[in-house]
Amino acid sequence: MKARRHELRAAVGFLLPNLLGFLVFTAGPVLFSLALSFSNWHLHRTIPFHWIRFGNFVELARDREFWLYSINTVYLMLGMPVAIAGSLLLAILLSQRLRGIVVYRTLFYLPTFTSGVALMLLWKALYNPEFGAFNVVINWVLDALRVEAVVRALGGAGVSAPAWLLSTKNLLGLEVERVGTAAGQWGLGARDALIIMGVWIAIGGNNMLLYLAGISNIPTELVEAAQLDGAGRWAVFRNVTWPQLAPTTFFIVVMSFIGGLQGGFEQARVMTQGGPAGTTTTLAYYIYTKAFEEFQIGYAAALSWVLFTGIFIITMLNWKLGGKELSY
Amino acid sequence: MSRAARAESGGWWRRRGRPAASHAALGIMAATMLVPFTWMVLTSLKPLQEVEQLNPLPSVWRFDNYLRVFEQVPFGRYYFNSLFVASWVTFLQCLTSAMAAFAFARLRWPGRDIVFRLYLATLMVPGVVVMIPNYALLVRLRLLDSYLGLIVPASFSAFGTFLLRQFMLTIPPALDEAAEMDGATPWQTFWDVVMPLCRAGLVTLAIFTFLGNYGAFFWPLVVIQSEHLRTLPIGMLFFDTVYGRQTNLIMAASVMNIVPLIILFIAAQRHIVRGVQLGAVKG
Repeated sequence: MKARRHELRAAVGFLLPNLLGFLVFTAGPVLFSLALSFSNWHLHRTIPFHWIRFGNFVELARDREFWLYSINTVYLMLGMPVAIAGSLLLAILLSQRLRGIVVYRTLFYLPTFTSGVALMLLWKALYNPEFGAFNVVINWVLDALRVEAVVRALGGAGVSAPAWLLSTKNLLGLEVERVGTAAGQWGLGARDALIIMGVWIAIGGNNMLLYLAGISNIPTELVEAAQLDGAGRWAVFRNVTWPQLAPTTFFIVVMSFIGGLQGGFEQARVMTQGGPAGTTTTLAYYIYTKAFEEFQIGYAAALSWVLFTGIFIITMLNWKLGGKELSY
Repeated sequence: MSRAARAESGGWWRRRGRPAASHAALGIMAATMLVPFTWMVLTSLKPLQEVEQLNPLPSVWRFDNYLRVFEQVPFGRYYFNSLFVASWVTFLQCLTSAMAAFAFARLRWPGRDIVFRLYLATLMVPGVVVMIPNYALLVRLRLLDSYLGLIVPASFSAFGTFLLRQFMLTIPPALDEAAEMDGATPWQTFWDVVMPLCRAGLVTLAIFTFLGNYGAFFWPLVVIQSEHLRTLPIGMLFFDTVYGRQTNLIMAASVMNIVPLIILFIAAQRHIVRGVQLGAVKG
C-alpha cells in the first residue's frame, strides 16, 4: 500500500508539466471552442456578447461561401488517388534490388522534407503566366509546333497557355459564383495548379515510405509460392502484393482524408490569397479569415466544429468500409 | 520458340532489361523532382531581367543576390528566430512528453487509462479548432507578439506523449524493476534507465518536432506582429509581399530557407525514414 502511494506521487510529478499544458492548450480549448460556437463573440467587441444557441449553424447553412469553399476543399483532394497510386508505383520500383536506391529515395523525399513557404514561393514563380517556367516552356512548344495556326485553320478559337494561379477555370468546369458547372469554366486554373503541386510534393513522400515498409514486410514465401504456380508480375501484384498492402493503403487513405479536409491553408495564404474569386479558398483558409482577419470568433469556432464533425464522420465511414476490405 | 529459348530470353529480361526499365522510370521521376529545385537555384543566381528568359543558365552569375537578401530584410534575424523557437519547443516537448509517457507506461496510478484515453481523443481534433481559443487566451495573457506566445503553446504534445509511451512499452519492465530493487528513485529510473533506452524514439520525435516548428506557419502568422520576432516562413511571406517582383531574390531566400533542411535530412536520413514508418508524422 505504501508503494502504491509512492507511485501515485511520482506519477503526479511526472505527468504534471505535460498535463497542465495539455489541459490549458488542448483539452480546455476544445471544449471552449465548442462553447464559443454557440456565441456571437467578436474579438473587438463591436457587438455585445450573446449566447445565440444554434444561430451560427443556421447562418452557416445559408452561407453560400461556406458551400463553395467546401466544394473547393473536396476539389483540391482530387489529386489524392493519383498521388497514392504514384507512391505505390514508386515504392514497388524502389523495392527491387537496384543500385542507387538511397539516392532515388532521397530525391523523391526532398519535396516533402522541404515543403513549406519556400517551396510554395518557388511554385508561385513557376506558375507565373508571363515569365514562369511552365508557360515559358509551353509557349515555346506552342510556337515551335505552330499550334495556333493549325487550330485556327481547323476553325478553332486559338490556343494559349493557361493563366494558372490567376484563372478560375478548372477541369470540372465548376462555376465561380454559385454551386454548379458551366462550359466556359472548363480549362486549367488555380485549383488544378495547386493539385499538380500537391501531387509533386506528396508522391515520393511519407506514403511512399509507408508502402516501402509494407512491401518489405510481405513474407517472401508468399511471392515465391505464387511465382512457382506460374503467376506473372501482374498476377503477383494483384493476388499477393495488393491484398497484403491493404492495411497500409487503408491507413494512408484515412490519413489523406483527414489531412485533405483540413488542408489548403498554407497554399491559399502564400500563393493565391484564396483567389482568384475565392476559387482556392478551402474551409481551413475560410476559418482563418473569419477568425483572424474579421475577428468573428464565434462564427469561426462554429465553422471549425463543422469541419471537425465532417472529418470525424468521414473517418468513421472509412473505418466501416475499410473494415470489410481488411477482412481477407 | 522452344522452352529453353524462352527461358533464355526471360533471363536476359530479368538480368538486364527489367533493371534498365526500372532505372529509366525512376530516373524520369527523379528528374521531375529535381527540375524545379534546379530552376530555383539557377534563378537565384540570375540578374532580374534574365528571370523570364528560356535560357536556363545566367549570363552573369550573380552570387551577390544572396547578400542583397540580407540588405533588404533582416534575414539573419529570421534564421535566428526560427532556430531559437524550434529548439526551445523541441527541448520542452521532448522533456514533457517523455516524462508523461513514463507516467503512462511505467507507473501504476488510479485513472491512468482514462487520462490516456483523453489524450488519444484529442489527436483527431484539427489544429484550427484549438487555435481559435488559444489565440483568445494569448490575447488575455498579453502574450501575443512574444517568444513565449510562440513557444509555450507548442511545447506540450499529446502526440509526442503517445509516441514515446508506445516506445517505452517495448522496453522490458524487468530493467526498471531491477533499478527500483537497488533503491533507485523514480526519477533515477526514468533518467538513467528508461531515457537512454528510448534514445531512438527521442531522436525521431526531436527531428519531427524541430522540422514542424522550423517551418511552422499558421501559429506564428497569427501570433507575430513585430518585425524582429518574425520566423523564417513569416519573414519569407513578408519579403514576397513587399519585394515580390524580384523573383531572383525570392528564390535566393528560398534556397537559404531549405538548405538547412537538406543538410538535416542527409545527416539524419536513417532516423527520418524509420520515424515515418513508425508513424511519427501526424497526418
